[in-house]
This record gives sequence, structure tokens and C-alpha cells, in this order.
Amino acid sequence: MKILVCISNVPDTTSKINFTEGDTQFDTNGVQFVINPNDEFGLTRAMWFKEKQGATVHIATVGDASVEPTMRKALAIGADEGIRINAVPTDGFFVAEQLAHVIKEGAYDLIIAGRESIDYNGGMVPGILAGLLGMNFVNTCIGLEVEGDTATALREIDGGKEKVTAQLPLVIGGQKGLVEESDLKIPNMRGIMMARKKALNVVEPIGATTATADKKFEKPEPKGAVKLTESVDELVELLHTEAKVI
Amino acid sequence: MSVLVYTESENGKFKKSAFEVASYAKSVADQLGTSAVAISFSADENNSLGAYGISKVLSVSNDQLNSFNAEAYAKAIAEAVEREGADVVVFSSSSNSKYTAPLLAAKLKAGYVPNVVESPSSTAPFTVKRTAFSNKGFAHTEISTAKKIVGVSNNSFGIIENSADITVEDFAPALSDGDFAVQSVEVDKVAGKVSIADAEIVVSGGRGLKGPENWGMVEELAEVLGAATACSKPVSDMGWRPHSEHVGQTGKPVASNLYIAIGISGAIQHLAGVSASKTKVVINNDPEAPFFKAADYGIVGDAFEVVPQLIEKLREFKAQNA
Repeated sequence: MKILVCISNVPDTTSKINFTEGDTQFDTNGVQFVINPNDEFGLTRAMWFKEKQGATVHIATVGDASVEPTMRKALAIGADEGIRINAVPTDGFFVAEQLAHVIKEGAYDLIIAGRESIDYNGGMVPGILAGLLGMNFVNTCIGLEVEGDTATALREIDGGKEKVTAQLPLVIGGQKGLVEESDLKIPNMRGIMMARKKALNVVEPIGATTATADKKFEKPEPKGAVKLTESVDELVELLHTEAKVI
Repeated sequence: MSVLVYTESENGKFKKSAFEVASYAKSVADQLGTSAVAISFSADENNSLGAYGISKVLSVSNDQLNSFNAEAYAKAIAEAVEREGADVVVFSSSSNSKYTAPLLAAKLKAGYVPNVVESPSSTAPFTVKRTAFSNKGFAHTEISTAKKIVGVSNNSFGIIENSADITVEDFAPALSDGDFAVQSVEVDKVAGKVSIADAEIVVSGGRGLKGPENWGMVEELAEVLGAATACSKPVSDMGWRPHSEHVGQTGKPVASNLYIAIGISGAIQHLAGVSASKTKVVINNDPEAPFFKAADYGIVGDAFEVVPQLIEKLREFKAQNA
């Protein structure tokens, strides 16, 4: 089985979010970038398929050279080789088109991407990718087994979960549950050394259409101070008359 | 030209979010000087959408589509777009909407913007405001493709009554076996419980509750309020509560009208997932808990004393205001 894990390079969850150039750009100054958490759950599940079922695991990221440390980390966790598509990821449709092109060339059986990235929260790359490739697609995936050409997946739905089956090739929109938080691996020294020697191929983007563009950003209005109440009577009164939520 | 909206139902009954996205579609249609058309699957009371400005419903009643299938639904909606000459398609933020919309985007070569919180600020260029950076920012995003898909953040636009004359047409999309290649084997859903995505009020518990045996009062508070129950990440990691209740950055997002956090300190990842809620109440015995800085109302006190009092007070309140 040949697996491709799509990795997004995102600001660490604790990052301060600021905008620059007249609020048209995200301010990367002082921001630490990491593997998108939803992608890391998928990558770790891919490692399980590598260990237990002899899968090969490639990773792909759309980004300029600044994303390479994040890709090296994914290689240190155990991916076999990486493909960097040398373009700034401007919107989800664009990213999906770039990845679709690489996937067609690479003949992958299973494509695992995170349900959404924690920066732009678009949640569209796995679905558009599946649509462009004409592959089966399971979103919000919290469990995945593959036997021969058949995948059995568990997906989270509003208020519960659903078990589905589908034939490979398959695209997964993954999240926590594919593996547990405690299964995530911190790369060890040997992994880091080996990752330096692994192939990280750079390919140029194909001409793709940009469907959407972020023209301006803003931060939420600063919040007023919390109103502390002494009694539940006062709280219920405020929720009724002031917040009007009960 | 028209605006098409996917109005979701469950067991034949429209979800509340269906009326919100219908209201949104009507607002966009007014801006574009056109009409709002809905597509529904196995819904019983299609005429009820007329109260929110929908002038036509394409009603799909096909046994194969009684239960949700993303690819088949996307194909049916794509055919409806073609038939109605729709330029804008409106979805909600439910997990089914977020599953279907990207598949539709690929079919229509359409720009898709989810998590939208307001009606378009401009229709030429078509520009919408959406949340980004896990609710730590907003983006004003322009869609430049001919077909446009908008996903409305739940509880952001509201339900707006806007009575219209409505017609209901049977719609039988052309589907093939290949559209059902992802097959549902079983669905495991707690019956009669409001889901976090649909809830107007969410009651959430954290490590401060000390153990799973203490969740009775959380359930009780939720019951009094007609709320969904949720929990913080450590609570689901320790197995006190099921994963499906975990809210936060790597769990489910919450965008309720009221979010009550009990014994949750408010880690930044938790706040990222719940801060889209309009009103946040924090009950915690630690006055330094970071969640108080992000909350609207708070009580510094022992949850084991405060929550039972709150349940009692709310019962009285409900009895008086029933």
C-alpha cells in the first residue's frame, strides 16, 4: 500500500495572531510553525500501516522553502520521502489542485489529509482533492483499517459516529481518534539524523486557478471584563435580561 | 440566476440550522435581485421554508437518499444548481454540510468559503466575512469563480422570518451505483439527545469535576436548559466522557448562544474551539483560571455547591416563564 499524507505547515496553537501590511497578511513574526494537528494524527496512523502492513508513506506539502523544517519533522517521525510543491498556498482549491496533480503522478492507494488546518480552518482540501481525483472520500475520520482493497472507517457525525466501508483508492479527512494523543511520537535523535538523508523533492506548481482570496483580516473586538456574580440568582437574572440567552 | 440552499433534515424534520441557512439564502437572493430555492432530502414539511423567504423547494424523496451520503448528495445538489441556474449555493456548518460542500466545489469548479458569519458585504466582487485562525481572527474573503459556495457558521446569522409564496416540486436527480461507493454500515447515535452542533446551549465539564461519577449534575443542568453536554480534552483523554463530547481545537467546534464551562481552566486550545459561542459562563473555584478572561459571566466557587443551586434556580425560572 502506498500512502500519501498531506501536511499543512501551521502556526503553533499557542501563537499570538496578528496581521500586517494594512491587515492584509498574517504576521509570521515570532510565530513557531508546526505540523497541523489534524494531519499529525493521520501521519501517525500512516506509521501504524507502515509498521504493521508494510506500507510506504510519502508526505506532500504546498509551500515555499520555509515549510521544510516542518516536513523534516514529519520525515523524522518516520515518513519515507517528501514532496514539496513550491508555491505559496493561497486558497484551498489551489492547494487541492496542486496535490491532485502530484497524486495522479504517484499512483497512491490512500491519501490522508487533516479534516481542517488550524490556521485558515477551510476544511476543504481533502474533499476537493477527492472530487478532482474521482476517488472515494471519508471525512471527519476517527478510525481506519485497510484489508486488501477495502477500507473500513469510522467517522464522527453530529451526535454520534458512523461506520462506513469503501474501496481504495481513498481520501481521508482525518482528526483525533485516528490515533490517540498519547500515540503521537516525538522524533528521536536517530529519526532526526535519518530524516536529513531522506529525499525531499521539490516540484514546481501547475497553473491552477485561485477561487478565493483573503482581502483583509481583522481581530475580534476586545472583550469586556467578565462580570462576576455572587449568587446563582443574579447569574440567571443576567442571562435572562442582559444576555437574553435563556 | 438564483440562490440554492441545502436545507438539512433528520427523520423528516428540518433542523433549526435549515431555517437559518434559508434566511441567509433569502438575504443573498435579495442582494442579487433574485429568488431563493431550497433542496431538501426526505423532508416532511417543505412548505415551512416559505416562512423564511424560500420561494421554491426541490424535494428529493428517493429511498436511497433517506440516509446521508456525501457523494450522492453532492451530485444531486450539482444537478439542482444546473437546473435552477444557481450562482450561489448555501450550506450550514454541520458535519454533513462540511463533508458535502467541498465535493460540490470540485464538481462546479466553485470557490467555497466556510464559517461565514454575515451576509455578503458586497456581491461584486462577492465578499464574505468568515472566522479564521480558530476564532482568533476574521477574514474578508472574495470568491472569484462563476459559481460560489458559502458555508454559514451556525447561530451566527440567525433565523429571520420573511414570508414568501412557496411552491414544492418533486426532484429526482440522476444517480448511479458509483455515487454510493462509500457505504454506511452502521450509525451509532444517542437517541433523543441534542447534538453539540445543533445545540443553542452547551454545558461543558472539565477536570475540576474530579471524576466521571460526578457528571450527573452536568447532565441534569443540560436537561433543565435543553442543552447538549460537552467536555474538555483531558476529560475525554482520560476516558471520563466519550470523544464525541470533546470540544476545542482538535475536538468539535462550538458556536452556541450560551456556553457554560464548569471546572474548565480554559487552555488556549479549548478557548479556540468554543470562543465562537456568543455568551460564555464560567464556574470555577480558581479565580486565576484563564477562562475568566474570555468569559462574559462567572462565578468563583465550588462547582459541587454552585451547580446544584443553579439547577434549582433554573427550574424555578423555567416554571415561572413557561
